[in-house]
Amino acid sequence: MSAVPPWLDDLLWTYRNVVVSLGVNGLLALSMYAVLAAGQLSLGQAAFMGLGAYASALLTLRAGLPFWAVLPLSPLVPVGFALLVGGPTLRLSGIYLAIATIGLGEVLRAVYLNLDVLGGALGLSGIPESAPLWLIFALLAVALLAFWRLGRSRIGRAMEAMREDETAALAMGINVRRYRLATLLASAALAGLAGALSAHATDFIGPNDYGFEPAVAILSFALLGGVGSPLAPVLGAFLLTLLPEALRGFADLRLVLNGVVIVLAVLFLPRGLLAWRMRRRAA
Amino acid sequence: MTLLALRGLSRHYAGVIAVDRVDLEVPARGVHAVIGPNGAGKTTLFNLISGLVAPSGGTIALDGADVTRLPADARARLGIARTFQNIRLFGAMTVLENALAGLHARLSASFGAILLGLPRFRREERNAVARAREALALVGLERRAEERAAVLSYGEARRLEIARAMAGAPRLLLLDEPAAGLNPAETVTLASLIRVIVEAGTTVLLVEHDVKFVMGLSDSVCVLNFGRRIFHGTPADARADPEVIAAYLGPPPAGPAA
Ligand SMILES: Nc1ncnc2c1ncn2[C@@H]1O[C@H](COP(=O)(O)OP(=O)(O)O)[C@@H](O)[C@H]1O
Ligand SMILES: [Mg+2]
Repeated sequence: MSAVPPWLDDLLWTYRNVVVSLGVNGLLALSMYAVLAAGQLSLGQAAFMGLGAYASALLTLRAGLPFWAVLPLSPLVPVGFALLVGGPTLRLSGIYLAIATIGLGEVLRAVYLNLDVLGGALGLSGIPESAPLWLIFALLAVALLAFWRLGRSRIGRAMEAMREDETAALAMGINVRRYRLATLLASAALAGLAGALSAHATDFIGPNDYGFEPAVAILSFALLGGVGSPLAPVLGAFLLTLLPEALRGFADLRLVLNGVVIVLAVLFLPRGLLAWRMRRRAA
Repeated sequence: MTLLALRGLSRHYAGVIAVDRVDLEVPARGVHAVIGPNGAGKTTLFNLISGLVAPSGGTIALDGADVTRLPADARARLGIARTFQNIRLFGAMTVLENALAGLHARLSASFGAILLGLPRFRREERNAVARAREALALVGLERRAEERAAVLSYGEARRLEIARAMAGAPRLLLLDEPAAGLNPAETVTLASLIRVIVEAGTTVLLVEHDVKFVMGLSDSVCVLNFGRRIFHGTPADARADPEVIAAYLGPPPAGPAA
């Protein structure tokens, strides 16, 4: 099916899980970037990912829909939830939005655990591995390009202006509420897409895959990489995905590592590893 | 013709009436000043006009249309621009990008046109950059275009705020203490800048402490004291008004009374 040389095929097969994680985490990093770039701190990315993953698994396993239909439909579920929490949380700002979105993640975990149709503590297994590697990376590339283009337009300027000074942004005629909602929805859609792709690349999903720990891990992608451009959080995601692989023997240290990265990044790299800031105009 | 009409406008804070049933008509064109002692409610009045603070009572009309219920961003899109007493630039963005942000409401390329990089979007961006550069040239900052706004000196930052507000060619420009912290030479430059802005057709409403600056520049003066309007008229009449003198201007220099 593919024109990939055999040695690369072997490599991809051996490290398939890592390669999948690279692409999926790259998308999650962009999902985080969407909100951070507009000056919001949401910690709901893992929850949105979980909603996309569970929705896609159910559509495949229970409804029997083909993958090409499942993929665009699944993100609609987290987008719906984002709309639901969007109303109240958009009135919240700063740390309150963060807490509200952590709450969403914890509530959903309880729901996954207690609903039989969602597999309970066992989760859902037997999901066909129908997400090809190339598709994951093609979608990541498209998302990156989209953020790049939008970032160099009035939309990117409005988002950075909001992040810098919300009051001044309002005085410029920037519809801050609309941008907040739009970025939250885009973030939810991307995370949901990442969830659907990962569910269909690993064959199993469980209720604990989308809790507080992954939420913090996704935040650390952006903290490590930075938010000066959409490339930065993706770089952060790649590094934080590969680093634990390099430290294979210390798998238990993954969480500690994320914590250490967050602390170090905040202390020593307030603008991230890739501090370079993209230009905010296309002409 | 009246550009801005305030009727019975009030804003209460716990224990303080910052703005107390103020009536004011600002004609289109010209420079109009709001003066008064510290805490008189001048900034609150500007916050009410620009929509950053909701009134406790009263109405605001722009060009005859009631805008009292409109949020700040919608009013900005109708042509009310402003600067802030304590400068609020987008520090991480460049000088040019700040001016471009001021043009936000004038740009209309669709989401799709931006994503696809269509010619329509590119043309609009080119025009926007040209207009933003003009606004910078107006305040003498064109050569700093690519620097971060955060590195500007205090006087330059004040000028960039004016350029950012002017980029979108507003109908009404609110300047909250634009001369505060400027040296005498910068103050003179500011006065001629305001004249240029008015010549170009934008109406200026300004809050200022420097009485000489205000009197020489303004077509009308509104004096606030404890949130209440105690005078509205020409600068010359303000100088002679006993209540204004008592509240704000202080007694005239010693000598035979006029
Ligand atoms: N957000 C606020 N909360 C409480 N009191 C306020 C607030 N803003 C202004 N005030 C009060 O309203 C009065 C007018 O303030 P302000 O409009 O800033 O005066 P000015 O600009 O004329 O110096 C002051 O007594 C001030 O303390
Ligand atoms: Mg003030």
